[in-house]
Amino acid sequence: MVLANELTPSVELIGITKTYPGVVANSDIHLTLRPGEVHSLLGENGAGKSTLIGILSGMVQPDAGEIRIKGETVRINSPRDALERGIGTVYQHSLLVPTLTVLDNLLLGVDQGWKLGRDAAKARLQEVSTLLDVEIDPSSVVGDLALGQRQQVEIVRALWRGEGVLILDEPTSMLTPQGAEKLVQVVRRLVSNGLAVVFITHKLNEALDLGDRVTVLRRGKIVGEVTPAELQNRSRAQITDEVLKMIFGEKSDASYAAFASQVSETADETFRVDHLSVEGSGPHPVLDNVSFTLKRGEILGIAGIDGNGQKELAEVLAGQRHADSGEIILDDQSIQNLSIAARQAKGIRYVTDDRHGEGTVGPLSIALNIVLKRVGEVPFWRWSLVRHSSIREFARKLIHDHDVRAPHEEVAISTLSGGNMQKVILARELALEPRVVVYNKPTYGLDARTTSLVLASIADQAKAGVTTVFISTELSEIVSICHRVAVMYRGKLSEPIMVRSGIELKLGALMTGSTTL
Amino acid sequence: MNGLFSEVFISSLVSGGVIAGIPLIYAGLGEAISERAGVLNVGLEGMMLGGAYGGFVGALHFHSTWFGLLSGGLTGMIISLFMVVLCVRLNSNQIVVGIAITLGAEGVTALLHGAIYADTYPRVPVVHPYAIPFLSNIPIIGPGFFNHHISAYLAVVVVFFVSWVLKSTGIGLSIKAAGDQPHALEAAGGGVHRIRTISVLSTGLLAGLGGSFIVLVGAGLFVPFITNGKGFLAIVLAMLVRGRVRWLIVAGVLFGMSLSLTTALQLAGIDVPIDLVLMLPFVLIIVVLFAFGRRSYLPAALALPYDREQR
Ligand SMILES: Nc1ncnc2c1ncn2[C@@H]1O[C@H](COP(=O)(O)OP(=O)(O)OP(=O)(O)O)[C@@H](O)[C@H]1O
Ligand SMILES: [Mg+2]
Repeated sequence: MVLANELTPSVELIGITKTYPGVVANSDIHLTLRPGEVHSLLGENGAGKSTLIGILSGMVQPDAGEIRIKGETVRINSPRDALERGIGTVYQHSLLVPTLTVLDNLLLGVDQGWKLGRDAAKARLQEVSTLLDVEIDPSSVVGDLALGQRQQVEIVRALWRGEGVLILDEPTSMLTPQGAEKLVQVVRRLVSNGLAVVFITHKLNEALDLGDRVTVLRRGKIVGEVTPAELQNRSRAQITDEVLKMIFGEKSDASYAAFASQVSETADETFRVDHLSVEGSGPHPVLDNVSFTLKRGEILGIAGIDGNGQKELAEVLAGQRHADSGEIILDDQSIQNLSIAARQAKGIRYVTDDRHGEGTVGPLSIALNIVLKRVGEVPFWRWSLVRHSSIREFARKLIHDHDVRAPHEEVAISTLSGGNMQKVILARELALEPRVVVYNKPTYGLDARTTSLVLASIADQAKAGVTTVFISTELSEIVSICHRVAVMYRGKLSEPIMVRSGIELKLGALMTGSTTL
Repeated sequence: MNGLFSEVFISSLVSGGVIAGIPLIYAGLGEAISERAGVLNVGLEGMMLGGAYGGFVGALHFHSTWFGLLSGGLTGMIISLFMVVLCVRLNSNQIVVGIAITLGAEGVTALLHGAIYADTYPRVPVVHPYAIPFLSNIPIIGPGFFNHHISAYLAVVVVFFVSWVLKSTGIGLSIKAAGDQPHALEAAGGGVHRIRTISVLSTGLLAGLGGSFIVLVGAGLFVPFITNGKGFLAIVLAMLVRGRVRWLIVAGVLFGMSLSLTTALQLAGIDVPIDLVLMLPFVLIIVVLFAFGRRSYLPAALALPYDREQR
């Protein structure tokens, strides 16, 4: 490491500034990436992390500042320029073509010539995926993959193409603990060969474990740094404390509390799922005889590696997907044949993990996105006329209550940072007075403070009698708010068990299918 | 023998169908390329018409069908430059620009033709068909399908070529990505503007070829508005084949036949109200749209301008 510091830096960002209407996303940023070093970049939602790495990867043009690569001043006008200089990027939000196969996505842009080297690419993909210990069928269409699998494809692509610098913007947000662990090992090995890595995450432990150096951004400015020497010589607790203060300012309080409360023994059973099955084209069914029963106010955690049927289960519950057999019962009435809208009217809500695709309408304002599911309802509509003033007022309130970082409620939702977009989606659903909510990875991409705020509101809602299905790959979150937990593996849901401390190991084993209950 | 099954009826239907269908195939193929790349080209009719006029002038000037086709294709390409500059580079609304191109081409070609050729109505050089050995000897349908100018067979070759490009080459991948997820194409190191420019220029070229085929091989002369809606018909065909461009050959000939039905009926001496028959292609379109329209595939980023920093 000491030796590495004496080499020419791989990348120097000097005085980078970028403003958007109403926000300074980056303000006079100086950042140096060294070969053989993992540089963790931390900061709350909207701090400007993605913008900064967007500038390095050619996606965003800075207003001012200089970029040097290996000591030489360069202009990076497009992602192509960045790739040609050996900078590979995993973007925060999937940038794959959903209609193409995995293999074609990997070949896209590389091979500009007439004939595609598909066979050579297949061999190469095999190599990289063995390295990462992931299983990706090169001929599957990306649009059919779960978000976690897509993220793996992106990581494979970045490793494939980033020869000098690897940028990872929240690469682990969709991975399981095991997947993240594997990625950490691979990154370590690559770094020892001289790669420079930027690693963005909201998981502090990950950042400190993997990072040789840490930089913290807040509201577009660098507010603090932890050097390799400090990282090695001071205690983890001390550093954690300091970094949290840097991220959130002095008033930080981002520790997880245990939110779970007891479900009353006498609460009535409100929501039952009976033998739900969905056939699939693969070797095993998408949903295989899934059953569970929930009491009023109960939170059921569903753990599992992404792509084992969790999303499909959520979609069946919400009415977006047809089940081949089985039944869903709310208050002794089957809702199996009800439409999405009818289920919503009965108080069933679904918070998707696909914030770009299904969750929001990008070009519309935050305010309109917030009332998207309430078109025609009083007080936002009256006599079929839209009432912008009350929509805006309501949006302002939610933006304030949920601490969404946005210039105002009329900006297009697509301009928000990933985490802030997620806050808007959650604010919308939580404001809808639901009876049963299905959350699919609600905290992904949220910073620690917002995560605990969201978990607290889910727990509060449950106390007020809302029945909740909480799908997550984060075992720590499941353990902190759920009453019972079940594991999904290849479309099968295990018998739900009571949550108690120390259960994580057992869940981990169930998730990989290495044991059954 | 008289009537619907007579030899004269069938062979003139087939032969006329091919002649009327080839322009649809050329132009439809062009539209399919643009659409896959995310550009909805409503100016196709204008590019065909411009190509028809350019081809006419070229053929008269050089006394050659092939030079005519070449200058027709180039004219189409030049017209498509408007679309490239306004829509691909300056992000104007594709539909508005497309309509403007069509109206503009209609006006300009009618004006030029009226000023230069209205008195003489010159005819272009006669084309010489090439009968494909053996195939053209198939009874009844052989001559109709396999006795045409080489540029008709070329359309089929070009369709197969484009189909191969889309499926198996890097450019093809980039074209599909530019229409479905342009940000992903850029992130992978491609250039959305570059790919869309190439695609729109190819559309212009192919539409121009289709237009000049109408004049040089079909009609033998130019009259204003000679394309008569074929550009719009080609847009619909391109959407119907849902990116599987080889089906354009079948669809083009089928619609070509319905377009040439009047002539065939007259030749065979069958008396049917002519307006009824002229309606047929459009009725066919509506029926087909009812049957398959729901499944028609449109790329996600179709008609959306691309701006890298707009996320
Ligand atoms: N294209 C854009 N147009 C307008 N504003 C933008 C645009 N891109 C980013 N911003 C704004 O810049 C700020 C920084 O956003 P950025 O995405 O860099 O945050 P981040 O640190 O990556 O946050 P997160 O952890 O939530 O991903 C935000 O306030 C965001 O709203
Ligand atoms: Mg971000």
